[in-house]
Amino acid sequence: MTDTTYSVPAGAAGVQRIALGVGVVGMGLLALGYSSSHEHFFRSYLIAFVFWTGVALGSLAWSMIHHLSGGAWGVVTRRVFEASSRTVPFMALLFLPVAFGMQDLYIWARPEVVAVDKILQFKQPYLNVSFFYIRAVIYFVIWTVLAYTLSAWSLQQDRGYDDKRAVRMQRLSGGGLVIYALTVFFMSVDWMMSVDPYWYSTIYGILFMGGQGLSAMAFTIAVVVLLARTAPMSKVIGPNHLHDMGKLLLAFVMLWAYFQFSQFLIIWSGNLPEEIPWYLIRMKGAWGWVSVLLIVGHFGLPYLLLLNRDLKRTGGTVAAIAVIIIAMRFVDLFWLLGPEHGQELLSVHWLDFVAPVAVGGIWVALFLWQLGTRSLIPINEPTLQEAIEAGAAH
Amino acid sequence: MHHDDTTPKLFGLLAEFDSATAIVNAARRTREAGYTKIDAYSPFPIHEMDEALKLKRTKLPWLVLGGGLTGMLGGFGLQYWAAVIQYPLNIGGRPMASWPSFIIPAFETTILLASLTAVIGMIALNGLPMPYHPVFNVPQFGNASGDRFFLSIETTDAKFDLAATRAFLDGLNPLGVSDIAA
Repeated sequence: MTDTTYSVPAGAAGVQRIALGVGVVGMGLLALGYSSSHEHFFRSYLIAFVFWTGVALGSLAWSMIHHLSGGAWGVVTRRVFEASSRTVPFMALLFLPVAFGMQDLYIWARPEVVAVDKILQFKQPYLNVSFFYIRAVIYFVIWTVLAYTLSAWSLQQDRGYDDKRAVRMQRLSGGGLVIYALTVFFMSVDWMMSVDPYWYSTIYGILFMGGQGLSAMAFTIAVVVLLARTAPMSKVIGPNHLHDMGKLLLAFVMLWAYFQFSQFLIIWSGNLPEEIPWYLIRMKGAWGWVSVLLIVGHFGLPYLLLLNRDLKRTGGTVAAIAVIIIAMRFVDLFWLLGPEHGQELLSVHWLDFVAPVAVGGIWVALFLWQLGTRSLIPINEPTLQEAIEAGAAH
Repeated sequence: MHHDDTTPKLFGLLAEFDSATAIVNAARRTREAGYTKIDAYSPFPIHEMDEALKLKRTKLPWLVLGGGLTGMLGGFGLQYWAAVIQYPLNIGGRPMASWPSFIIPAFETTILLASLTAVIGMIALNGLPMPYHPVFNVPQFGNASGDRFFLSIETTDAKFDLAATRAFLDGLNPLGVSDIAA
């Protein structure tokens, strides 16, 4: 091995300060928005919160997938995924506004609405405020334990590699992925789907897992491309790594389209009065254009671009595609949340733009702080040298 | 007739190597020496070989794209023709051109034609089936599917000169150089 220490490049500290500044200023603007419009604030905040939590959880899932699958791309990016996943407990703090805004976000949390609504009364054993809080606590505890256990074992490997510990990480990842799938499924029902408590879709949670995988891979590609601009990561990351990650990005773009289309086709074919209004709203007027934007921007364009080998292998282009996908993930969550309760028309509020940047600033600052706490690559990994060599272009 | 018997027509010269590194280096030096009608044979794919032989990028992806687009338009068009033009049926009050339900069969025909194009196109671009190739006239060539690596220079190469080319191949430190009878 080389003598290089794989610490974050000097520029990262500056980026972290800027991100934190943006986050703090953004949070100030959000507070301003809160005082002018509660409902807009909570909706915008919910989308931003769910997106950034999704990057953290998707990263946790990717690191577990890689413990099971192996592959050069994951050895050199493991620490980025792990740093993202370690932001999860801090997201529990950022969840507090959602918890305080339940009356504004979820009509099933308003006693006066439930009192006169048979359907909401029937759903009350699950959709009630205290059980919602309990579930949220359970999710965060599970995710935190998974993320920090894997991260801690990964760090212990840097001090002295132990085969048994590697096997333990694989075992935890196998079970962890099942637990991840179950918790994210219920999380998506709780936080997002129950905003419209009359409508339901059984693929919704799976759509979220695909979305989180996509957000996390896109974010990680962007980070890795930036890291690879300077030493020490410029000697680690090669075109073949980006190529592999680009392929995974392509696969998840297709997976997302597949899930979205499955949900649409089944509801469209069934044409049932309790399901179809959800789509009728999203196929009319300005919402229709948002749907078209998703088909083109979240599927068509990235799909066609990612088919090309050279675009996937070049840092600048694959990162640009990743940024498009990140932007589209917000549009997708905005679209999933839909119009406000009792309304059908599209209304875009300035908070919808501020919230993702505000929460994003804080999240990126947390991520960079976590990224800086340890070596950028797992230095004792037996396959490390091979993984680095596999990345270089021949 | 006698003339043909005494000097059999030559297809080219074949040099034998015992490692992937050796043949990649040999291929690179052969290209650098200006030979163009060359080919390499190995028991397993060698990634560096494409670059060493300066092989052109295959045009197969474009054929597959064409096949896929044909399948997509054909599959969608077939359903549209059947459901809207030829046999319009009212199914549950849905529009005749119910595009969401056309997508899955159109997707399947896309994959069908794309994959058929990929397989048939790959075979055709490789020049297969090829019942005869002179290189099999060299007895050792069977080891190309075992543990030996071969590099051939064909007589049709503009730079080919029997004595000079043989001397050049000998200079690459092969295990041996053989004539390939046409």
